[in-house]
Amino acid sequence: MPAQLKAGLVIVGVIAILGLLAPWIAPHPWDTISIRTRFQPPNATYWFGTDEYGRDVLSRLLMGTRLSLAMGVGATLVSVAIGVPLGLMAGYFRGKVDEILMRAADVLMAIPAIMLGLLVLAVTPPALWKTALAVGFVYIPPIARVTRSVTLGLANEDFVQAARARAESTGYVLFREILPNAWPPLIVEASLRVTYAILLGSALSFLGLGAQPPSSDWGLMIAEARAFVDRAPWIALAPGFAMCLLVIGINLVGDGLRERLDPRLKGRVEKV
Amino acid sequence: MAGYVIRRLALVAVVLVAVSFLVFAITAILPANVAYLILGPFAPPEQVKALELRLGLNDPVLVQYWRWASRFITGDFGSSMLMNRPIAPILSEAIQRSLVLTLTSFVLIAIIGVALGVAAALRHNRPLDHAVSVATYLGIAVPEFFWAIVVILVFASYLGWLPASGYEPLSAGFWGWAQHLIAPTITLVFAHLAHVSRLTRSSMIEVLQSPYVMAARAKGLPERVVVVRHALRNAMLPTITVLALDIGRLMGGIVVIETVFGYPGLGRLLVFSIQQRDIPMLQASIVVVAAVYALANLGADLLYAWLNPKIRYGRSIA
Repeated sequence: MPAQLKAGLVIVGVIAILGLLAPWIAPHPWDTISIRTRFQPPNATYWFGTDEYGRDVLSRLLMGTRLSLAMGVGATLVSVAIGVPLGLMAGYFRGKVDEILMRAADVLMAIPAIMLGLLVLAVTPPALWKTALAVGFVYIPPIARVTRSVTLGLANEDFVQAARARAESTGYVLFREILPNAWPPLIVEASLRVTYAILLGSALSFLGLGAQPPSSDWGLMIAEARAFVDRAPWIALAPGFAMCLLVIGINLVGDGLRERLDPRLKGRVEKV
Repeated sequence: MAGYVIRRLALVAVVLVAVSFLVFAITAILPANVAYLILGPFAPPEQVKALELRLGLNDPVLVQYWRWASRFITGDFGSSMLMNRPIAPILSEAIQRSLVLTLTSFVLIAIIGVALGVAAALRHNRPLDHAVSVATYLGIAVPEFFWAIVVILVFASYLGWLPASGYEPLSAGFWGWAQHLIAPTITLVFAHLAHVSRLTRSSMIEVLQSPYVMAARAKGLPERVVVVRHALRNAMLPTITVLALDIGRLMGGIVVIETVFGYPGLGRLLVFSIQQRDIPMLQASIVVVAAVYALANLGADLLYAWLNPKIRYGRSIA
């Protein structure tokens, strides 16, 4: 196993476990407001300090871990669930289907991801699950494109021809013959998309179009801490560093998987 | 080549029309009723109805779209609902400010990114190489808004060198103007440096091991000439594509950065118009952004094709 994959798995694993166990290991309640403990710098009782409402930053951070992970994984699942079938169809049927799907992808990719997210979210009152859906929607085109290009390469392989000669249904050919062979590059792509999703989701939360107070989403925590960054920088720094660690961990996993599964993809340029 | 350029330009036009329709369709289903928004929550229903009729809000979406698009083409972007002023001048001011910000950042990203990439490649697997890798990894691993806060913390709160946010027009003096530009620029550059430097590094490492560079060295050419004239020229090809993609990334980046730094450009205008449901403003600014974005991508492809005649222009790159 490549060293970076190992390191990444350790980082992501530890963070995921901490997030899962958050309600039990958090040293304080994450949402109890207390005027007396406002703005305490990190100390023995409050390891990471307290925020403007006297809430324990560490406990909030731990609870927020779940939200960030759910955002990254949930949004990516949405884009994979929709993007992969579309990409399979575009690459397998070619012609008109391909043309229409890829032009639609061009249109969606003609708007920077964050603006597309803002636009989709402008329609409804904000909530975190909607943000995750919007982020997933934004990343459908790139996933569909990668799937399409992999499918194009596989569609003329002997085993696909053989399945067609056996008169297997199109669904069978797409999902049972092509898809299992297309997984390696798709897994790499999806794992890197998780980090984009976390970053984009947190940016949207930061702009007020995601999690709402009193949620302890990391993006929202940073947004709320902004006003107090002079007197209590730890409130903003803690979620920032946490996000940094998580994203680096997932990137290491993605890069490691890439090296392991698909050496040809190395150094490829990806459009965000 | 000419045919390729024309086909790509036509495609950009089609994409922009589709984007404008998409934006229009999404904003058409906004729950906030425009007439209601203008008149306030306590307006009598008759008045709301009358205004709806006047604004044509009851027409089918396609009719409304056509009315809007045919005006848009002629440069009549309509009026902002909130500021009650024509959109075109507001938008063009915001674009100019954003252009200053993104172009400065872009030039710095290009220069610093390539320089770091080359420096790291020349010291492959030595401490400097690792330092650059770690620093650039950090750059992309953290959301821009967090870097923005760190920059404010360091340069505004701690050192007190720069204002934390805001904007001053150039007409009020150069230093004040430049001061407000520095912090957002630093943030954008740091957050977007990684792609350029990492790619330059990896292609430089590859090129430096190629036979023709060895030949150049064997001829006894000075190392400077080998690196700059022989290696860098070829290694720059992929970097150029990434640089053009960075224009798109910067367009996305300004949304957050301008909001954090209170810099009154296109990004903040967009967030503002979404928050305030200023629909005409939102429509116009998104279409403008998509146009810049699409043209930057087109520029990158064309530049790449022009620099590398080996590329075959199949339909697939379109």
